[in-house]
Amino acid sequence: MAEQQIFRHTLSNGMTLLAERMDHVRSATMYLLVPAGFTHDPADRPGTATVLSEMLIRGAGDRDSKELSLALDNLGTDRNESVGPFNIVLSAGTLARNLPAILDLYADVVRRPHLPDDELEPVQNLALEDILGLEDSPQEKVILELKSRYYPPPLNRNRYGTVEGIQALTPAAIRQYYGDRFRASGAILSVAGAVDWPALKVQAERLFGDWPGGATPEPAPVAHVPKSAHIQKDTQQTQIALAFPSAPFSDPDYYAARGAVGVLSGGMSARLFTEVREKRGLCYSVYASHDTVKDRGTVIGYSGTRTDRAQQTLDVMVGEFKRLKDGITTDEVDRVRAALKTSLVMQQESTSARAGSMASDWFYLNRVRTVEEVQAAIDGLTPAKILAHLERFPVRDLTVVTLGPDALTVPV
Amino acid sequence: MPFHTHRLLNGLQIIGETIPSARSAAVGFFVKTGSRDESADVAGVSHFLEHMLFKGTPRRSALDVNLDFDRIGANYNAYTSEENTVYYAAVLPEFLPAVVDILADILRPSLRTEDFDTEKQVILEEIKMYEDAPGSMAWDHAKRIYFADHPLGNTILGSMESVSALTRDQMKAYYDRRYVAPNIVVTAAGNFDWPAFVKLIDGACGHWPTGTVGRDHLRETVGAGGVHAIAKENTTQQNVLVLSSGPPAESPLRYAASVLTMAVGDDTGSRLYWELVDPGLVESAGCGTDTSQGCGMTATSFSCDPEQGAENLAIVQRILADVQRDGITAEELTQAKNKVASRIVRGAERPMGRLRSIAASWIYCDEYSDVDQEMARFDAVDLAAIRSYLDKYPIDAATVVGYGPLAKLG
Repeated sequence: MAEQQIFRHTLSNGMTLLAERMDHVRSATMYLLVPAGFTHDPADRPGTATVLSEMLIRGAGDRDSKELSLALDNLGTDRNESVGPFNIVLSAGTLARNLPAILDLYADVVRRPHLPDDELEPVQNLALEDILGLEDSPQEKVILELKSRYYPPPLNRNRYGTVEGIQALTPAAIRQYYGDRFRASGAILSVAGAVDWPALKVQAERLFGDWPGGATPEPAPVAHVPKSAHIQKDTQQTQIALAFPSAPFSDPDYYAARGAVGVLSGGMSARLFTEVREKRGLCYSVYASHDTVKDRGTVIGYSGTRTDRAQQTLDVMVGEFKRLKDGITTDEVDRVRAALKTSLVMQQESTSARAGSMASDWFYLNRVRTVEEVQAAIDGLTPAKILAHLERFPVRDLTVVTLGPDALTVPV
Repeated sequence: MPFHTHRLLNGLQIIGETIPSARSAAVGFFVKTGSRDESADVAGVSHFLEHMLFKGTPRRSALDVNLDFDRIGANYNAYTSEENTVYYAAVLPEFLPAVVDILADILRPSLRTEDFDTEKQVILEEIKMYEDAPGSMAWDHAKRIYFADHPLGNTILGSMESVSALTRDQMKAYYDRRYVAPNIVVTAAGNFDWPAFVKLIDGACGHWPTGTVGRDHLRETVGAGGVHAIAKENTTQQNVLVLSSGPPAESPLRYAASVLTMAVGDDTGSRLYWELVDPGLVESAGCGTDTSQGCGMTATSFSCDPEQGAENLAIVQRILADVQRDGITAEELTQAKNKVASRIVRGAERPMGRLRSIAASWIYCDEYSDVDQEMARFDAVDLAAIRSYLDKYPIDAATVVGYGPLAKLG
């Protein structure tokens, strides 16, 4: 495989520019992260970041909302605005020749948005519609309910915010949040694809070099005891979600943590799918996943099943989580490694996967990992390392949240 | 990009596009069968059978199937539509022979009764899962009403009753009839060697039984018409679908259809966006074509607070009537075409994207087009083409179906 062409440049105001040149593609994708995610929402206005992210694209620089949208569409932009716990993320993919024009537009979006007063109400309505829509999506709802009880404030919030928080927003509150959070320090611009690095660097300096730095620091999580709960709802299936602590992305044990989750849920031969679905036919969907924030990792487990079989499903799931420490075979770890290797290689075929991955590397690690480095971490994974990790992060004190007609008993 | 085809003596079709710069290879077995090919007494059998193909063969237990896929780190899955059942995997190039061995093997399943009984419970769970997802239920009801007695209105999952009553022998009979070599297209895209691939497929599938298989009820429909509201307790949002006729998958008008529906209902910068999403009147809104063999449909949909359901429907009906009368503007046309071009190029950068695209082109049109040809066809769509499209498939001649709290749509 050809050597990766990864570039980095730090602007004098603290903004980071990252790029990877991919010789075999005709497109390019940019990710622009600004540290203004939902954990920064004012305590009395949950949902501020989400409303702001939608307001940003409603007019910027010399263009009103329609003109900006038309300019982006005419450049064939596949765009997305999303709000995570720490960042507002603006992403845009297009033919590589259109990238410079798109960067010009996004510089307007993050530095010169109009945030017009008369657009606030429609955006509030959209945010309220999204909250209503969650009631019709029990799978997503149960995960949010789990996180709200498992994580300490402000990590226990979500991007939707609350009805009261969104209704309380004013144009002044949006502008203040924007002014406080939209700063160069901590912002990351990551580009992957058929890019011209010297030209990109010059353009980024021109667009962002005089953007003032100095955003307020991340809020510190407060002490918190997670709580289990049952949420009554008259549904066909009972939704089950559980969580317990693991190692974060920045931890040397991270791949061991991913390995443990992989043994449980890495492919269709992994333990949860085999025991809960294949052998017993208890559900359609069952999985474990790894969730990471800066200072902590979490394993999340999920299944949805008909109410009369929900208790058995929870018992079998929890049994599999607890049984992990009793032993893991080399064959199981080989399968986890094979899956991780495939996704690593396939990431090299996608400009959006690479741009996103570089941005998150920088956010969590302050550096960009090469394929070789990740490959070495994957190759080094063994049953012994996973078992050692499980001694550090034993499966106990599960937080379990269920949603459905009947409460369940959490096995001890 | 080099394209290749080969047909085995038993009628099995092989096609492939080699992309030397790719880091992986994707393989799919496209079986031309789905819910439209089912009679009422076996409703849901195509999808249930798709699940059963992962439950083992004479050479492999169910666990072996999953283990063998996972040992090579394959990204694999399967899906069932109204007319295709597709088994696919993407792997690193060195694992192509191994993944062909597994895929070809599972296409000849044991269909053991014990596995059938366990998997039936999984299917029933899947049906219950969708019953809790009003957005999906709305589509099933809308298609059933729109298509009336046309088999494209069949649900893919079947019902609790039809799946519960289905027997292993009924499934076996369906399998024997539909999974014959001439009804299967094996497709590969990415980094692989064509002659070696043909040899692999010939070795693994050359002995499969041949047979004559077709599809009944190939006809277009303009839909049942009317306004139908299905009231459903315990739902929060109102889902509304406005369905009209559209071009079949093999029609050259499908390019005009894609461009037009993008101008009407894409996520950004479309008429529905400006009239419904931008002012915050809906949770979401969209428009697209759903093309099948011999028959197509155009669907405009939105979900919103039920209190605004009737007003929003009136807005959608006005937009569709405007488009039908005046078409779209030159500016809207250019904008939509620019979006299409970018999406085609980006989608084609991964072998899995090309796999679906070349298989669809071959299955429906018996032809291959590379990325640049495909882009040129979209580029050739002009306002006259949009007009002739609308004349043939009026977008405002609609069947309206609501699903949610409302017992009446205005």
